[in-house]
Amino acid sequence: MRIEIPEFSLVVMIGASSAGKTSFAKKNFLPTEIFSSDFFRAMVCDDEQNQSATSEAFDLLFYAVEKRLKAMKTTVIDATNLKMCDREKIIALSKKHNVHTVAIVLDPPEKVLLERNKERSDRNISESILKNQRANLKSSIKHLKKEGFSYIYILNTKEEIDNIEIVRTKLWNNKKDEHGPFDIIGDIHGCCSELEALLEKLGYIINKEGVYFHPEGRKAVFLGDLCDRGDRNADVLDIVMNMVRFGSAFAVIGNHDYKLLKYLNGKNVNTSKGLDITIKEIEDKDEKYKDELRNFIRGRISHYVFDNGRLVVSHAGIKEEYIGRGSKRVKDFCLYGDVTGENDEYGAPVRLNWAADYRGKAIVVYGHTPRNEVVFENNTYCIDTGCVFGNKLTAFRYPEKEIVSVKALREYAEPVRPIITENGTDDGNLKINDVSGKLHIMTELTGAVTVNESNSAAALEVMSRFAANPHWLIYLPPTMSPCATSKLDGYLEYPTEAFEYYKNNGIKKVICEKKHMGSRAVIVLCRNAETARKRFGVDDGSRGIIYTRTGRRFFKESFYEERILNRLDSVLEKTGFWKDFDTDWVCFDTELMPWSEKARELLRSQYAPIGSAGILSLSSAVDALKSVCKRENKMPEIDSGVSGQNVDPMELLKKYETRKEAVEKYTAAYREYCWRVVSENDFRIAPFHLLAVEGRVFSDEKHIWHIETLKKYCTGIDDIFIETEYTEVDTDDEESVRQAVEWWLNLTKSGGEGMVVKPEYFVSKNNARLLQPAVKCRGAEYLRIIYGPEYLMPENLKRLKKRRLALKQSLALKEFSLGMESLKRFTDKKPLYKIHECVFGILAFESEPVDPRL
Amino acid sequence: MLLTISLKGKNTQDLGYLLHKNPYRAQCFDLNFGKVYVFYPEVGDEKTTAALLLDINPVDLARGKVGSEKDGLFDYVNDRPYVCSSFMSTAIVRVFGTAVSGKCAKRQELADSKLDLEASISMLPCMGDIEFVKEIFEPLGYEVYTKSYVLDECFPEWGQSPYINLTIKGKVKLSELLNHLYVLIPMFDRQKHYYVGSDEIEKLIKHGEGWLSTHPCRNKIIRRYFSVCKSYANEAIKIISENELQYEAEQNTDFEKAGENTESKKPLNKRRLDTVLEKILESGSNRVIDMGCGDGKLTKMLLDEKSISKIAAFDVSVQALKRTAERLRLDTLSDVKRKKVDLFLSSLMYLDDRFKGYDCACIIEVIEHLDLNRLRTFENVVFGYAMPKTVIVTTPNIEYNKYYGISEEQLRHNDHRFEWTRNEFDNWCRNVCGKFGYTVKTDGIGDFNESFGSPTQIGVFTKCV
Repeated sequence: MRIEIPEFSLVVMIGASSAGKTSFAKKNFLPTEIFSSDFFRAMVCDDEQNQSATSEAFDLLFYAVEKRLKAMKTTVIDATNLKMCDREKIIALSKKHNVHTVAIVLDPPEKVLLERNKERSDRNISESILKNQRANLKSSIKHLKKEGFSYIYILNTKEEIDNIEIVRTKLWNNKKDEHGPFDIIGDIHGCCSELEALLEKLGYIINKEGVYFHPEGRKAVFLGDLCDRGDRNADVLDIVMNMVRFGSAFAVIGNHDYKLLKYLNGKNVNTSKGLDITIKEIEDKDEKYKDELRNFIRGRISHYVFDNGRLVVSHAGIKEEYIGRGSKRVKDFCLYGDVTGENDEYGAPVRLNWAADYRGKAIVVYGHTPRNEVVFENNTYCIDTGCVFGNKLTAFRYPEKEIVSVKALREYAEPVRPIITENGTDDGNLKINDVSGKLHIMTELTGAVTVNESNSAAALEVMSRFAANPHWLIYLPPTMSPCATSKLDGYLEYPTEAFEYYKNNGIKKVICEKKHMGSRAVIVLCRNAETARKRFGVDDGSRGIIYTRTGRRFFKESFYEERILNRLDSVLEKTGFWKDFDTDWVCFDTELMPWSEKARELLRSQYAPIGSAGILSLSSAVDALKSVCKRENKMPEIDSGVSGQNVDPMELLKKYETRKEAVEKYTAAYREYCWRVVSENDFRIAPFHLLAVEGRVFSDEKHIWHIETLKKYCTGIDDIFIETEYTEVDTDDEESVRQAVEWWLNLTKSGGEGMVVKPEYFVSKNNARLLQPAVKCRGAEYLRIIYGPEYLMPENLKRLKKRRLALKQSLALKEFSLGMESLKRFTDKKPLYKIHECVFGILAFESEPVDPRL
Repeated sequence: MLLTISLKGKNTQDLGYLLHKNPYRAQCFDLNFGKVYVFYPEVGDEKTTAALLLDINPVDLARGKVGSEKDGLFDYVNDRPYVCSSFMSTAIVRVFGTAVSGKCAKRQELADSKLDLEASISMLPCMGDIEFVKEIFEPLGYEVYTKSYVLDECFPEWGQSPYINLTIKGKVKLSELLNHLYVLIPMFDRQKHYYVGSDEIEKLIKHGEGWLSTHPCRNKIIRRYFSVCKSYANEAIKIISENELQYEAEQNTDFEKAGENTESKKPLNKRRLDTVLEKILESGSNRVIDMGCGDGKLTKMLLDEKSISKIAAFDVSVQALKRTAERLRLDTLSDVKRKKVDLFLSSLMYLDDRFKGYDCACIIEVIEHLDLNRLRTFENVVFGYAMPKTVIVTTPNIEYNKYYGISEEQLRHNDHRFEWTRNEFDNWCRNVCGKFGYTVKTDGIGDFNESFGSPTQIGVFTKCV
């Protein structure tokens, strides 16, 4: 014998002790699906028979069951469950989680019960108790249906119990095997002419039975509210009914359809809001038609889950935790949305914006709330574009995510409340849960990246207090590790190690790019403020942003930013960039100079005072020592009571002269990177990555492509935007390496910051292992600013060479993966929170305590 | 890094006896932070100069070999090797210990007499405050000569260097001069290179004997000497002033505190919080959320307020939360009080379920720390999402800054992103009300001034029903 249970349900075993519940459950369910009261009793008190632990045991059991129900896992409660009051709690739990309950009652004959009880070695229950239990069962299970069980199976014989086969059936909403492609159509409300036009536009044709179908096998999905208010309600119902029956369409139920069903069922309904028009059209039709219609609507369910769970449709939307479940609560939500029960000033129900909270992976397409345009928010699309109110009828094509619309022929009804016209950019819809605690972020490059709680807490402060509007932050640059420490005397970093790193990892060709001594700056530029509003959700009238590697606005005042962005736009306009790349926005990775602009405070409070104090105090020391050396020293008197060792003043003089020279070089080094800014003309920006444009992240291009493309489109036209010098190196070719070292020595001898060595391709791997996207090799003079004026003195250098790069390197890789992921998600039009979590993750890693000199 | 001491007069080579260091020998001493050299740039009958030169290794400093913290007290790029700081004081007592104590085996009469002495310090970190340097040394009988420098002659717009070269001349005993320098050099710097233990009080008393208790800037000197540990300063003042309990008022850079009207004795912050509490109680709120609780002063008041049944407090800074938890003594609160308060990390820039369900939200001196262009998010979170019946916002009134003598380009606090006039605040309040369905009453807190208003502005928002 077979019994059917839904694929996801809460199964409740009911039966006296020794009725065989546990063996039955073990035979028919997975061990992880079974939650037995005995087990939990033992867990709280070591004794599974201890009845005094029952209450605590059930607390724990229910707690665990809830976790499973949340995760949509079928669960079996293996306890006697003889009393209604015990089952009430289970029913409440199932209601809370919108899951169907199945009661499986085992009621074998008394004889069997008693025999089995005798055989049991683990416990001994008196016969009278057993008899009593059995009697209770009989009376208590009469009303299981009323108690709220959806499926009830009562098994009375040993044969039945032993030979039962449990079949798990798919839920009605489970259409995961349907992969489309789909054309999802919003609220029609009897606008049949528009529907016909839309179906034709979508490529549907009529077969000889007069039913629409798509020759390529596409399927239409109707989001409900087929009728009311329009002029051909019955025609719409017919078209949809026929298509569903024929198999060329799916349809979910809408609130208007549901009201029509009530009318057809003879219930007393309020016929306002256009139902009266529908009724007029169908009231004279014959009973057979009405029956058909009634059955059709009754057969529509609240939502469908398509394409392995990637697509969900319902009339008014659905919360993530309702997807795939069935209950009155879920159905009501799908019909009416997130209503509070209150009415607004127009008398229409107040609806909460559930989509703002939606964090599910599945795309949800829904209608119900008319808007002038399709509204996309957090992976949800509202495609009710108010056709019946004179706007348009819209279809959403899946998986293409294309929008196809036809204009309404006329306004059939006046909206109850004004159609929401503003395509609201909701600045506040990032949630604390998106960024708090331990974060696991899936990246294409390196799989899951984990951010620890302490780091995310630190990033929360930085992001909240200092960062620019998150809508702009579609990328943060990764940190960069220096190359391995040089073995040469007099150098902490030298190119050899950079080339070796890539060579040893199988990379033959690398590119060396001059490291401009400025500050890292990311530039996002839109063609106009309208693009900024539409694409980025920034509606303060700005057209772009220049921000630092920690997501702060580069410029305190927008004055320079605006001017620089406008000038960049003129350059891109002139070179045809916008047209050639067919985009309205672009994101560059650049270096912005002078360094003194961003580092002014640091220069004034640390770098300059040290240089000045160093030179002055070392000068006075040198002068004093010179006087000693000039003087003819008399023979020292022997003074036995004095500690201290003799020291040669000449040697000391030499030492202090060297130190003074070191500080002078240090001052010279930082001065290289400072100049005064009196207008935007004094800035220099060297772009080195063309990161992304609409629809494309350029991480698959070679670095040489980036440099050359930037040369073609960005630099050399306006003085502000300057080229990045580079040289290509074959790591296998000694001559090529030698020339590159020469190039670096030239760059750095007068204080140049150095170079960045990158593999030929933007993303490079050695087997499956991601390689450093770049390593820096900094000039010896420049490093005085980092390691102190006197770092090159042999005794200092020797110690400084003991540095560890592993942490820095691992951070660089994680941040690089997140940065690329972030851009990818933005170009894929993922919701803001998905982009923000990547950027947030990078910022979090920046709080990791790593040697800041690396 | 360099201290020179000159003796003028006759037979000045005797300085060698006084310092216990041979004028014809350059010597080197190992101290725990590096080396010290002693040598004589000038030896003559009329003038002899001894030099004390420090050789501090910056790498040692940064690596924590010197200094109190395990990861090193200093950055690699740091001024310590080049300036005169507490390292110099240490060197003085270690190398010239005998002279400091006023003893001289061979010329005790010289050690006991007042001599023509001159000391030069190169690079004294005194924030360029020459007046202060004079205030300190002149009462001790010195002529004071200073020389200041620009930070970088290539960039005059960066201003003056915080360091000066200092020469003091006077007729004093050598031991007096050395003790003055021992106490006063680190006092200018305020950054101590070693852990300040309680034996520091004894040291100060010892080296300050005979001059510190009568110095007109006594308390200031002691406070600055112990700037890292207030209680030591108070202790030391008590001892040195022989228990006259006249503590100088704390020197203050806080504009609000400095500008306080002495007649209204309550500090502005206290008045602000009292007013906020009053408004909360007036609104009849039971459940209150303190948004951006900082170090929890308001939270503490709410916790102690019986008519309030539930408090939530959050801040975006982990450090601030720790301070709040300490202030509230969260770990040892009674069960009843512990249940009353929820303290958590969150941000006004994100929607958080935990913001919901309160009658009143207080955002006290917070909004001015947000960038103006992110204020919309804040409005959304508080008025559009949390939607409590009452919202109380306070923020500075920039008009009042004139009364504090703050220049127009300056704000009251480094981290303030903006400060509003009364008009600007009113406009913002009204705009918020229109957008989210609230009414507002604005007012001032603190002493009222006819032309500038009050130092703090408050807006009490009530949700329309």
